[in-house]
Amino acid sequence: MAKSISELEEIARKCRVEIVKMVHRAQAGHPGGSLSEIDLLAGLYATRMRVRPEEPKWSDRDRFILSKGHASPGMYSILAEMGFISHEDLKSYRVLGGVCQGHVDMKWCPGVDFSAGSLGMGLSFGMGCAAAARLDKSERRAFVMIGDGEMQEGSVWEAAMAAAHHELGNLKVILDRNRIQNDDFCEAQMRMFDIPAKWKAFGWNVKEIDGHNMNEIMEGLDFLEAPENCKGPSILIAHTIKGAGISYMENNPSFHGAAPNDEQFHQAMVELGEVEA
Amino acid sequence: MSRMAATRDGYGQALLDLSGNEKVVVLEADLGKSTKSLHFRKAHPERTISCGIGEQNMLLVGAGMAASGYIPFASTFAIFTERAFEQMRNGIARPNLAVHLCGSHGGTHTGTDGSSAQSIEDLAIFRTLPNVVVMHPCDDVSTRALTMQLPALGKPSYMRTARNKTPVLYDGRENEIQIGKGITLKEGSDVAIVACGVLVSESLKAAEALAEEGINATVVDMHTLKPIDGALIDSIVERCGALVTAEDHNVIGGLGSAVAEHLVANTFAPLEMVGVQDRFGESGQADEMLEVMQISAHYIALAAKKAISRK
Ligand SMILES: Cc1ncc(C[n+]2csc(CCOP(=O)(O)OP(=O)(O)O)c2C)c(N)n1
Ligand SMILES: [Mg+2]
Repeated sequence: MAKSISELEEIARKCRVEIVKMVHRAQAGHPGGSLSEIDLLAGLYATRMRVRPEEPKWSDRDRFILSKGHASPGMYSILAEMGFISHEDLKSYRVLGGVCQGHVDMKWCPGVDFSAGSLGMGLSFGMGCAAAARLDKSERRAFVMIGDGEMQEGSVWEAAMAAAHHELGNLKVILDRNRIQNDDFCEAQMRMFDIPAKWKAFGWNVKEIDGHNMNEIMEGLDFLEAPENCKGPSILIAHTIKGAGISYMENNPSFHGAAPNDEQFHQAMVELGEVEA
Repeated sequence: MSRMAATRDGYGQALLDLSGNEKVVVLEADLGKSTKSLHFRKAHPERTISCGIGEQNMLLVGAGMAASGYIPFASTFAIFTERAFEQMRNGIARPNLAVHLCGSHGGTHTGTDGSSAQSIEDLAIFRTLPNVVVMHPCDDVSTRALTMQLPALGKPSYMRTARNKTPVLYDGRENEIQIGKGITLKEGSDVAIVACGVLVSESLKAAEALAEEGINATVVDMHTLKPIDGALIDSIVERCGALVTAEDHNVIGGLGSAVAEHLVANTFAPLEMVGVQDRFGESGQADEMLEVMQISAHYIALAAKKAISRK
């Protein structure tokens, strides 16, 4: 039942529509990092994640940890697409009592395995999940998505060093390299120089891809799963565009954490092919 | 209607006001747009140090600069100051280095970001550190005035500011604001409500509602939690004989605890604590959160009646 590239692209397009609707409805939230990650999430969930939407707590499920948990609209949209939650649930984003809390929360939302919100925590948590899977002699994997700004947290590197030391081949990271963080471009806030070299130096298997090209995403996920890359931790560095798919959000730091107004919302729906111009 | 403003804006303005002092430096951890240190950064990029998303590093860079004769102002969200708690403890408080830390977006009032961003323990943890002065002002005017006094303080401080706008109480009254001195906003002899931050204006509303029922309440803005203004507490105990504290913070360790610690060691009076009842928040609008957490004016007035009944 393998999905074709165009089917995967259509899933991602539908998710983009939901992402923009969520932040527009809430008039708050984080569209930029949700739009940059969504092709990766669509590819990962629709073709690799061993999960049972009807049994979200199935013990041998792969874990997905959205460490950059502010980009929750992206995750909620793919969880709805997979059937963990309903499309109606998406309307509860940032609403009192809603399953779609501002930051993804394992206490509130089926399919969410990590309560995020503080950057730099998910990789350590993922390492714990991977170590537990190994103890359980389970085949399950831990996939962790981190942001490039997030990588500036020292705790990320504590986890990176420890995961390589413990040769956790079931731990797989996807880095959303969209070159923007909260206040500005990463280049202005904190230069990170040679990112692939840093991860290699920490003992990780490293591959770089275009995070919006579904063919490359499939190759990248193949790389993460390849037997020779399951002897130690691996990272996919996905070059992305913050706000990808909505022209005025693309590469625009102001849409890290801001909602579109009504006019911008309409334009986004046109650009995503949802409505006629 | 009074003017509405966010305390974080008062902080940002004060940093600009202080920038004439060449020793003042600003440290950021990728939240300057939110904590409002960005105005200083734009005016004085040479005296602004971006630490990336690295709060632990930021605090100790501050310590090193303070030890070299500078006056560092570091800010991030209240919740993220907490990951650098040990840096604050061993690297700043212990050697008594005058680093000034500001945590914005504190409390459940911060709203729809949800529980991960709603710091309800920052005032408590920083209050436990020797040498550290802890403040939580209620409006932009007092935030600005208190921040302006920090370079002369000569020891470390923690100040919580809030994300959302609240009524401005001190326009034209800047001179009354002083670190360590609570401010009596309203005098009454039946009960005293001691509040900080966003709950000061809620307490004034509660006092109005109580007045309609013939109950006269004193309302105190206790913007400095440490050192707590013991003389003021003694005088309101004398006048009112029953107290209520109100804070957008866990009832464990914050303003309520600070007042209780003073009461048990001095003149005793019944005390009701309005605050977060040792639970985490959730996503909701600021005003909704005050209801969910049962810390709005309505609950403050209820607590006042309960305190009076215990006299
Ligand atoms: C420890 C911590 N510090 C600060 C923040 C505030 N914050 C939220 S998102 C963000 C920028 C994140 O940038 P990046 O990791 O690149 O995410 P993306 O670009 O994918 O949205 C910051 C600083 C946080 N959530 N956690
Ligand atoms: Mg980024």
